[in-house]
Amino acid sequence: MMNTVRESRRDRETAFYLFTQQRLPACKPVLTPAWVITIFLFTGLIFIPVGLVTLRASSGVVEIVERYDAKCVPEPFRIDKVSYIQDDSIPKNCSVSMKVHRYMKAPIYIYYQLDNYYQNHRRYVKSRSDQQLLQGRKYHSTSPCQPVEFNNNQSIVPCGLIAWSLFNDTFTFIRERTKLKVNRKNIAWKSDRDHKFGKNVYPFNFQNGTLIGGGKLNPKIPLSDQEDLIVWMRTSALPSFRKLYGRIEEDLDADDVVVVQLMNNYNIYSFSGKKKLVLSTTSWLGGKNDFLGHACVFVGSSSLMLAIVFTLLHLKSRR
Amino acid sequence: MNLDGETNLKLKHALDVTSSLRDAGSLKEFRAVIKCEDPNEHLYSFIGTLYNDCQQYPLSPQQILLRDSKLKNTDYIYGVVIFTGHDTKVMQNATDPPSKRTKTERRMDKIIYVLFSALMLVSFTGSLFFGIETKRDISGGNYRRWYLRPDRTTVFYDPRRASLAAFFHFLTGLMLYGYLIPISLYVSIEIVKVLQSIFINQDQAMYDEETDRPAQARTSNLNEELGQVHTILSDKTGTLTCNSMEFVKCSIAGTAYGRGLTEVEVALAKRRGERMTEPLSIDTVDSGKSVKGFNFRDERIMNGRWVKEPHSDDIQKFFRVLATCHTAVPEVTESGDIIYEAESPDELAFVIAAREVGFQFFKRTHTSLKLHELDPFSGEIVDRVYKLLHVLEFSSARKRMSVIVRSPENKLLLLAKGADSVIFERLSKHGRLFEAQTKEHIENYSEAGLRTLAVAYRELGDDEFRIWEHEFMKAKTSVTADRDVLVDELADRIERDLILLGATAVEDKLQNGVPDCIDKLARARIGIWVLTGDKKGTAINIGYACSLLRRGMKQIVITLESPEIEAVEKHEDKEAIAKASFESVKRQIHEGKSQVAREQSTEFGLIIDGKSLTYALDKNLVHNFMDLAVVCATVICCRSSPKQKAIVTRMVKSVTGRTTLAIGDGANDVGMLQEADIGVGISGVEGMQAVMASDFSIAQFRFLERLLLVHGHWCYRRIAMMICYFFYKNITFGFTLFWFEAHASFSGQPAYNDWYMSCYNVFFTSLPVITLGVFDQDVSARLCLKYPLLYQEGVQNILFKWVRILGWMFNGVLSSIIIFFFSTNSITGQAFRQDGQVADYSVLGVTMYTCVVWTVNCQMALSINYFTWIQHLFIWGSIALWYIFLMVYGSIPPTLSTTAYKVFVEACAPSLLYWLTTLLVVISALLPLFSYRAFQIRFRPMEHDKIQRRRSEGLEDDGRRRRLSESSETRNSSELPSEIRIRINSLKGSPRRKNS
Repeated sequence: MMNTVRESRRDRETAFYLFTQQRLPACKPVLTPAWVITIFLFTGLIFIPVGLVTLRASSGVVEIVERYDAKCVPEPFRIDKVSYIQDDSIPKNCSVSMKVHRYMKAPIYIYYQLDNYYQNHRRYVKSRSDQQLLQGRKYHSTSPCQPVEFNNNQSIVPCGLIAWSLFNDTFTFIRERTKLKVNRKNIAWKSDRDHKFGKNVYPFNFQNGTLIGGGKLNPKIPLSDQEDLIVWMRTSALPSFRKLYGRIEEDLDADDVVVVQLMNNYNIYSFSGKKKLVLSTTSWLGGKNDFLGHACVFVGSSSLMLAIVFTLLHLKSRR
Repeated sequence: MNLDGETNLKLKHALDVTSSLRDAGSLKEFRAVIKCEDPNEHLYSFIGTLYNDCQQYPLSPQQILLRDSKLKNTDYIYGVVIFTGHDTKVMQNATDPPSKRTKTERRMDKIIYVLFSALMLVSFTGSLFFGIETKRDISGGNYRRWYLRPDRTTVFYDPRRASLAAFFHFLTGLMLYGYLIPISLYVSIEIVKVLQSIFINQDQAMYDEETDRPAQARTSNLNEELGQVHTILSDKTGTLTCNSMEFVKCSIAGTAYGRGLTEVEVALAKRRGERMTEPLSIDTVDSGKSVKGFNFRDERIMNGRWVKEPHSDDIQKFFRVLATCHTAVPEVTESGDIIYEAESPDELAFVIAAREVGFQFFKRTHTSLKLHELDPFSGEIVDRVYKLLHVLEFSSARKRMSVIVRSPENKLLLLAKGADSVIFERLSKHGRLFEAQTKEHIENYSEAGLRTLAVAYRELGDDEFRIWEHEFMKAKTSVTADRDVLVDELADRIERDLILLGATAVEDKLQNGVPDCIDKLARARIGIWVLTGDKKGTAINIGYACSLLRRGMKQIVITLESPEIEAVEKHEDKEAIAKASFESVKRQIHEGKSQVAREQSTEFGLIIDGKSLTYALDKNLVHNFMDLAVVCATVICCRSSPKQKAIVTRMVKSVTGRTTLAIGDGANDVGMLQEADIGVGISGVEGMQAVMASDFSIAQFRFLERLLLVHGHWCYRRIAMMICYFFYKNITFGFTLFWFEAHASFSGQPAYNDWYMSCYNVFFTSLPVITLGVFDQDVSARLCLKYPLLYQEGVQNILFKWVRILGWMFNGVLSSIIIFFFSTNSITGQAFRQDGQVADYSVLGVTMYTCVVWTVNCQMALSINYFTWIQHLFIWGSIALWYIFLMVYGSIPPTLSTTAYKVFVEACAPSLLYWLTTLLVVISALLPLFSYRAFQIRFRPMEHDKIQRRRSEGLEDDGRRRRLSESSETRNSSELPSEIRIRINSLKGSPRRKNS
C-alpha cells in the first residue's frame, strides 16, 4: 500500500491520494457575524410572511363545533349517564341544532370528535388482524386480536378491540325541514379500501358476544365498503381526535340553522370522555388551526429579534 | 535484549580464579558456592560472593551477563546460571501489560450511567402512571375504559393486578426507551477509530523514506487520547538522539580545531537571524568521504597536515591518548577495514577520530595495543606497540579514565581523559600552559551542545610506578568490602600532576528535527520529561541541544552527589544513608519550591538523578516532588533504571491525573510505554521490543509533533463531538417517544412504526455521524501545526466537559419537545389536507419522524465546518434515504408494511401542511443551538473559532499562496508565543475590517 502510493508520485494529486491524506477539497463555512445576521434575518423574513399566510388560510376556514354528549342525556338520567347509555330499552335519539355563523362553501366536512379516548393505547392498537381483514375467515392466526378473537368457538370477522368498539352514533342533518344531502362515500383512504380491507370479506359473528362494544355491521356488505369501519380502524394519534363522518354537499349560508338528529349510542360516559360534532370547510392547508401560523410568526420574530440583538452587541463590542 | 537502551559493548571479565577453566573437563572438577542477593530489578548493581576452597571472591556486575546479552569477540563462554525466568533482572523490570482505555471512553461510561438512570426514571414514571391508569379501569363493577376490555385481560394489562402490569410495563419501557442508550455508539466508535487509525497509518507526512516505515497505530482505541497529552515522558538515547557520537571539534594546545557546525549552533544562528553561509565552506573542505562518527572538518589537521602545526608534538600526543586510552576492541572486516566495538559511543568516536587523523589502532591483546602511526619526521606510517600495564576504568564517581602504558621508547606514560573539572584539578604546575584557552574552548563547546572531555598525560618514573603498582595490585586482590574505595584511592594517587593536552568535543547527534519538534510541543504547553540512563552532565547537554533547556531557564538540580552524603555513605550504615539521603532530597525539593515561588516569571528546568528519584518517589515526598515537577517546563531524570522510568510515569499519571505519553525505542522503555496512557515506540534501529509494547509507532521523534498536534487534535475533536452528537440524536429520538407515550396513557405504544425505529440508528443517522468521526477537521493540518496552542483544547478537555455534554443532552430534550409539540399541534385535530382527511397515528408518526431525521441531520451540518463531497453525500443522502425508504416500505403489501402502507405517497406528500410543519419544526429545533453557537463564536470564541475566523477573513491563506509566505511566517511563529501573534494578527486585520 505504502509503496504503491509512493511509487506513483505523478498521481500525487489524485483524489484518492488527497483522500488518504485528508486533504480533499472542502467547503469550510465559518459563522462570521455577517453570516449570522443574514441567516437570522432570512429566517425571520421567511417565517413571518409564511405565518401570516397560514393564519389567513386558517381564518378562512369556517368551523362549527357542537358538544352533544351531555346534552343528549335526558334530564332524569344525568346523575348516572353510564347506566343510561348501557340500557338498550331507553331510546337514544336526540336532536341538537347548530347555527352557521358564516357562509360555508361545499363540501362541508362532518367530523365526530372524541376526547379522552385512547385509541392509541398499546393494547388497543395491537388488537387487530390485517390478514383477516383481507382474507376473512380463511385466515386463522388471529391471536393479536385478543381478547376479541372468538365467540362461541367461532372466529369473529373483523376481530379485535378496534373493530369491536366501532363508533356507532349516527347523524342526520336537516335544514329548514329538508334533509341535507350528505355523502358518506369516499370518506376512507383509497388505499385502505382497496388494499387493507377485503372485497370478499363479510362481517361474521360480529358483536354476538355477551358484552357488546360498539356498532354493528351489515353482514351483507363486504368490509371494503364498510367505510365507517375503515375510518374507525385507522387509529388516531392522540386521545383527542376527529374522524370523518361524511360530506355535506350543499353550501350553508350564514345564520342557517342545521338541526342534527342523532342516535347517541356510543358510550363515552364511563371514562368521562366527550363527544363533539364538527362541521368544517377546508382551505388549501386543511382545517382550522391557528397554531402553525402563530408558531411561524413567533419563530420569525424571535429570529428577527436575535438578529437585532446580535447586531447591536456586535457593533458595541467592536467599538 | 538490551536493557539500558544502549547497544554498546560491555566488557565482562571472569574472576581470576575461574579464568583458567577453559574446557568442560576442568569445569567438571570445579566446585564453588555462590551466595548472592535476592532477585531485584537493579541493572547496574550485583552483590554476590563466590566461595571456592575456603576463599571468597566478590562478584560484581562485571561478572554478570544479563539475560539476552549477545556475545561479542568470543564464540562461547562457560558460566553458571544464577537466576532464571521471572527472577532475572529483565523480568524484574517488566510490568504487566495493562489494558488501556481513554479518559474519553471512561467519561462516556459515566454518561451511560447518567443515561441509564434517565432511562430507569423515564420508564418508572411511565409505569407509575400506567399502573394508576390501569387500576382505575375497573372501579367497583364498572369498566372505565370499556373499549380495552378490562374484563378479559392478560398480565400486561390487568386492572386487578395493576402493580404487576406496571412492572411488566417497566420492562416494556426499558425496551422502548433503549434508544436513550445508544448501543450503536460503541459500534460506531469502533468503526471510526479503525478508520482514524488507517488515516494515521497512511499519512505521508509521517512516513520515513529512509527506513521505509510509516507511522502505525497499533491499537485503535487510543486515538483521541493523543489529543489530550499533558506530559510527554521521553527516553533519550535512540529517541531524541541517534545514539551515535560524532567527533566534531577539539582544542589542542590552546588552539581550537574543527570547523563543523552543530545543530545547536545552526539553531542559535537561525534564531539570531544570521544567514547560513557556513555549511557551504564545510562542503568545500570536505573531501566527499563521510565517516560515521566523524564530522571533523579542518584542513590544518587532516591528511597529515598537523605535522606543520606549531604544537605538532602536542597534537601527536593528543591523538595518541585518544587512540590508546579506551576499552574499545578493533575488528578487521573482510574488506580490510577496521571497525571498533566500544563500551560507549563517545569512545568509539575518539578511536575513529584518531584513526582518521592517522593514529590507527588496529590490535588489542591482553597486554598491548598496536597502532599504525604517522611518523612526523620520516612521513612514513610505522607500527607502534604500546604495552598496556593498567586500565583505571571510568566510573561515574571518578569521571575519568586513564591507562598506564609503556611506549615503544620505553617511557612509562599515564594517559588520561575525563571531565574537565576533574582533569583540571589534577594538573601539575607546568601542565597548565593552555588551561585558560582550553577552558574557554570547552565553554564554547558545551554551549554548542557538545559533550566535552579534557585530555591529559603524564610521564611516570619507574620507581614511582613500581611502588604504586605493588599497592594497587594488593588493593585489587583484597577481598574486603571497601576494596573499591581502596582501588579508587590508589588510582587517585597516581592520576596527579597531569599535563593538559587539550579537549575534545563530541556531538551526540540529535535525530532529525528534534529541537523544532520539542519547541512546538513546548509551545503547545505540553510538559516534557526526559528519563534517561545517562549521566547528569550528558543529560543536561542534550537538554540544551534539543531546546528542552533554554537560555534564561533556571535549573533546579536535585542530586545526592554531595560531599555530606558521600561522607555518610562511607560509614556503610544503610539506615543512616537512607535517612540522610531522604532528608537531603527533601531539603532540595523544598528549596526548589521556594525558588520557583520567588521567581514566578522565569521558566524552570528540573534535573534529578536516579538515586534522588528513589527518595523523591517515596510516598511521603512524592506529592511535594510532583508539585515542584509540574511547575517546571522541563524535567530531566538521569541515571534512571527502566523500573524507575515506569514508576515515574505511573506517578506522573496518578498525581497529576492527566494524560501521559511515553516515547521510547528500546527494550528498557517497555515498562514506561506500558505504564503511560499512551506508549509511542520509535521503530528505529534498536529492535522491535518497544514497538511491540507500544500503542503507536513512528519512525522519527519529529513525527510526534504531527501525531499529537494534527492527528491527536483531530481525533480528540472528532470523538468528543461524535459522542456528544450521538447522545443528542438518540435523546431527541427517545424523548419524542416518551412524549408520545405520555399521550397514549403510558401504554408503551411507540410513536413510530417498528421498522422506522429499527432503521433510525442504522440508516438515517449513522453515516453522517461516522463521517463526523472520521473526516471532520476544525482547521487544516497546516494550521494545527502553526497554532500549537490549539492543542490545549484537548488537554483542558474543553470539547468534552460535563457542561458541554449535558448541554447537548439538554438540547436533545429541547429538540424533542419542539418536534413533538409543534408537530402534534399543527397536524392533528383538524383536517390536514384540503380533502378533509385528518391525520391519524401513522401520519403523525411519519411527520414526527421526518422532523427528527431532518433535525438531527441538519444539526450535524450546523456543527461541522468541513464539507467535502462525502459529508454532503452522507448528510443529505440520509435525509433522502428516509423518503426513499418510506416510499419503498409503503409500497409493499399492507400486511407487511402495516401503518406505513402508502402513508407517504397517499397521505403526507400531497399535504402542504406536512411540508410546512416539517420546515417550521426543523428550523425551530435548530434555532436554539444555532443562536448559542452564533453568539459564542462571536463573543466567546474558542481557539479553533478564532483560527477559523482568521482563515475565513483571508488572513490565513489556506494553501495556495503558502509557499511564498512560508519563510517569513515561520520565522515569525518561532519567535513569538502564539497568543501574542494572534493578537498582532488581529491588529493587522482590524483596519481592513473598519474599511469594509
